[in-house]
Amino acid sequence: MSFLSRIMLLKSKAHFSAGGNNRAPETGLNVTFQGTRKKSASQAKSRLAILIASFGIVYVVIGGRLVQYGMANPETVSSIGRADSLMASRPDLLDRNGEILATDIRTVSLYAEPHKIVDADEAVERLATVLPDLNAREIYNKLKSSSRFQWLRRQLTPKQQSEILALGIPGIGFRPEKRRFYPGGPTAAHIVGHVNIDNRGIAGMERYIDNQGLADLAAIGMTSDAKLEPVRLSIDLRVQNIVRDVIAAGMKNYEAIAAGAVVLNVHTGEVLAMASVPDYDPNNPAEGAEEGWMNRMSNGTFEMGSTFKTFTIAMGLDSGKVTLNDSFDASAPIRIGGFTIKDFHGKRRVLTVPEIFQYSSNIGTAKIADLVGIPGHREFLTRLGLLTKLPTELPEVKAPTQPREWKKINSITISFGHGVSTTPLQTAVAGAALVNGGKLIPPTFLPRTEEEANNLASVVVKKSTSDSMRYLLRWNGIAGSGKRALVPGFNVGGKTGTADKVVNGRYAHDQNFNAFLAAFPIDDPQYIVLTFIDAPKTGEGGGRTAGSNAAPMVRDIISRTAPLLGVEPKFGEDGSALLVSY
Amino acid sequence: MVSRAERGPVADWFWTIDRLFLATFILLMGVGFMLSFAASPPVAERLGLDSFHFVKRHALFLLPSLSVMIGISFLSPRQVRRAAIILLGASLGMMVLVLFIGQEVKGSMRWISIAGISIQPSEFMKPAFVVVCAWLFAEHAKQPEIPGNLLSILLFGIVGALLIAQPDLGQTVLTATVWGGMFFMAGMPWLWIIVLAALAIGGFFAAYTVLPHVAGRIDRFLTGEGDTFQVDTAREAIIRGDWLGRGPGEGVVKRIIPDSHTDFVFSVAAEEFGILFCMVIVMIFAFLVMRGLSHAFRERNDFNRFAVAGLVLQIGIQSLINIGVNLELLPAKGMTLPLISYGGSSMVAICVTAGFILALTRHRPEKRAVERSLFRSGVGVPAE
Repeated sequence: MSFLSRIMLLKSKAHFSAGGNNRAPETGLNVTFQGTRKKSASQAKSRLAILIASFGIVYVVIGGRLVQYGMANPETVSSIGRADSLMASRPDLLDRNGEILATDIRTVSLYAEPHKIVDADEAVERLATVLPDLNAREIYNKLKSSSRFQWLRRQLTPKQQSEILALGIPGIGFRPEKRRFYPGGPTAAHIVGHVNIDNRGIAGMERYIDNQGLADLAAIGMTSDAKLEPVRLSIDLRVQNIVRDVIAAGMKNYEAIAAGAVVLNVHTGEVLAMASVPDYDPNNPAEGAEEGWMNRMSNGTFEMGSTFKTFTIAMGLDSGKVTLNDSFDASAPIRIGGFTIKDFHGKRRVLTVPEIFQYSSNIGTAKIADLVGIPGHREFLTRLGLLTKLPTELPEVKAPTQPREWKKINSITISFGHGVSTTPLQTAVAGAALVNGGKLIPPTFLPRTEEEANNLASVVVKKSTSDSMRYLLRWNGIAGSGKRALVPGFNVGGKTGTADKVVNGRYAHDQNFNAFLAAFPIDDPQYIVLTFIDAPKTGEGGGRTAGSNAAPMVRDIISRTAPLLGVEPKFGEDGSALLVSY
Repeated sequence: MVSRAERGPVADWFWTIDRLFLATFILLMGVGFMLSFAASPPVAERLGLDSFHFVKRHALFLLPSLSVMIGISFLSPRQVRRAAIILLGASLGMMVLVLFIGQEVKGSMRWISIAGISIQPSEFMKPAFVVVCAWLFAEHAKQPEIPGNLLSILLFGIVGALLIAQPDLGQTVLTATVWGGMFFMAGMPWLWIIVLAALAIGGFFAAYTVLPHVAGRIDRFLTGEGDTFQVDTAREAIIRGDWLGRGPGEGVVKRIIPDSHTDFVFSVAAEEFGILFCMVIVMIFAFLVMRGLSHAFRERNDFNRFAVAGLVLQIGIQSLINIGVNLELLPAKGMTLPLISYGGSSMVAICVTAGFILALTRHRPEKRAVERSLFRSGVGVPAE
């Protein structure tokens, strides 16, 4: 209370002094009073000036800080990675005619900055109205996390983006991204391959171009948003489309579990088309998972069965120990080491070499292999590239398998296509060498001229052997198991193969792997067409053998693609060109 | 009504009021109300209230605040002094009461509820304290035998003790700085200045060692470690706003700044209206301070000089502390931005300060030394 009384005291004094203050100066009664006042006034003024100056300095500091903040780049506030990596370009993939197989399109991806999220529950609820398939719990946890950046959904459509923008949720944003788009969908899926969410090629030619240095370029940011030179493939999209169509229909009609085909230029090694079903949509690789990812043409190995007899007979002819006019006794089965080798279409007589081929005699081919001998057999198959991994651009290539030690029984079974598993693609490549004059050309998925091919080629069989093989293939086409592959005007020659599949370590007689190796036009072969069909339950005319399902697929492919491939039909009696006038 | 020839109280007021000061205060209140739309809805929503709850309350307080300011500006210097003494007595009394019957908010006893209205007596204490101290200093300058300086030191001791008891360190620092500034102006000997500066530094270290939350804040400010969420988000808001701002209602960071409508309204202003706008706000405050100080410079009457300078110092330093915290130039300290931040008690109290300034700067021809003006007034001097 003493304080209050003191205030009252001061108050009364104030009355006195204030009054005095108002009246006294003019009277000039108190000179010393005036003097102290002047002195204190000038001191107060100089001190005021100091105060004013210090305030000025503080305001300058604040202004400087504001300018500093104004100069700061707002992007540095949030710890988001540089956009460049998301905008990294990939080159377009084109077919040989310039049609687009793969290209980049711009999309946006949705992210959140969790520390800016006001109400995670509300944000999840509202996002779900646009993206109903969002995992609410996962998104909620992301929004509640202590990180500063979270992807919520990659690669949205423009419609989704505008709808999310309209929600007006704070703390989320969009980043532009490049997305790989495959206009053909599954058409050339196994050749083109696909990319992962970060635009890195993880399969097919996409992976190949990454392995060629694109990935390194992207890593140092050289590919950001730049237009890259497109990569042209050897594929002809028209042919590819037909091939896939035919094998897809074949797999369905013949109730098979898989099918595949390749169209290969015998002079350049270019793959014009190659398809394997089941396949997948590279735009959405996760769908049709696993069973569709397998490229059976290059990444699956199979016992080729009778198709392999082509190579056995070529080996015999090339070794000089066998001629087309030779005959072999196929009247009795061969018994060796507890196995009995018999013929499927048993004629039980002596067969000439063309007859062995025509009737697909196991006994006959076994005897030819026996004549050449085990080392010669093994060497010949190695020369044709059937025992080593196929060199090509596709990353998905499986190495063939062969017995660790070749005994007589192995040589005999391998002579008719059991005991060695090869990929269908490499079988087609070896087949090409038998009909193109003897040159083995590594296959390619990139355009290649004949000169380039000749530089890479190695001569594996004699010209005469190749000529004989063309004759045999043609003969088999006309008179043998390949009849259903014939296309009027296009002289198709080929060899079927119906192999029993190994199921649980034993050959199952009710499950076959059927293949047809064909060349056309056989008088001057330009293309190899190889089809296979895995475990068909039926075929044309009801049979399950290669002649009634793999061969018709070849027919369908050739009849539909030969005009596109620039092969002229010859409708003459003797297979020569026919003059037609309308 | 405002005729120059027949001067009634209103006409008198109209012709003698410092219109630039008046306009500046009203402008700041307008800016504050506008920013209330940007800054307060997120807080209201967080508290589960109607989005515009605080905007409405802000509007509700504008009229009484304005009335208080205008009403006080009618007072003569002598009436100002009397009003200040009464107000100081009342607010000091309430500050004592607060310690016993106050509402505890975030660990401090600062608020007292009278007739359903929450009042922070220390806010009203500030202008009254400044005016009373100005009077004591002036009396001492005029008649050295009056122990004005000693009394003002005693008064400051009482006020400081009451503030620390709450505890309210921010107000203590503010009051001490304003008081120190006035004492400095009143001719504090340099020896005293050194002693007081040493005391201030000692007090600072004492606070640092005795009060753990103060130590924590200062450590965070110096090291940038620990929970710097408030200042981090404030900086993010300002930088995100860039020069021109994101536009009204486009603020995102403002939603997560705590106390966006009071202590961090400056950051919200930056995010939505831009750094240039913030510079304008700073310039308005700078204008206020400079104009007030230059008025004091020209003023012949010691009491008016000390009081005007002290009052603008109070507004100026409070705004500097607030802006400094927003710009991470000072350790985090709860301090409202005068006339702009939301807060009923603080707004009315600041309007008391503004009213005092207006009252003391009214044109009184017999007391102004026009010939030695540091900053020439922009307003035409009325004919005499």
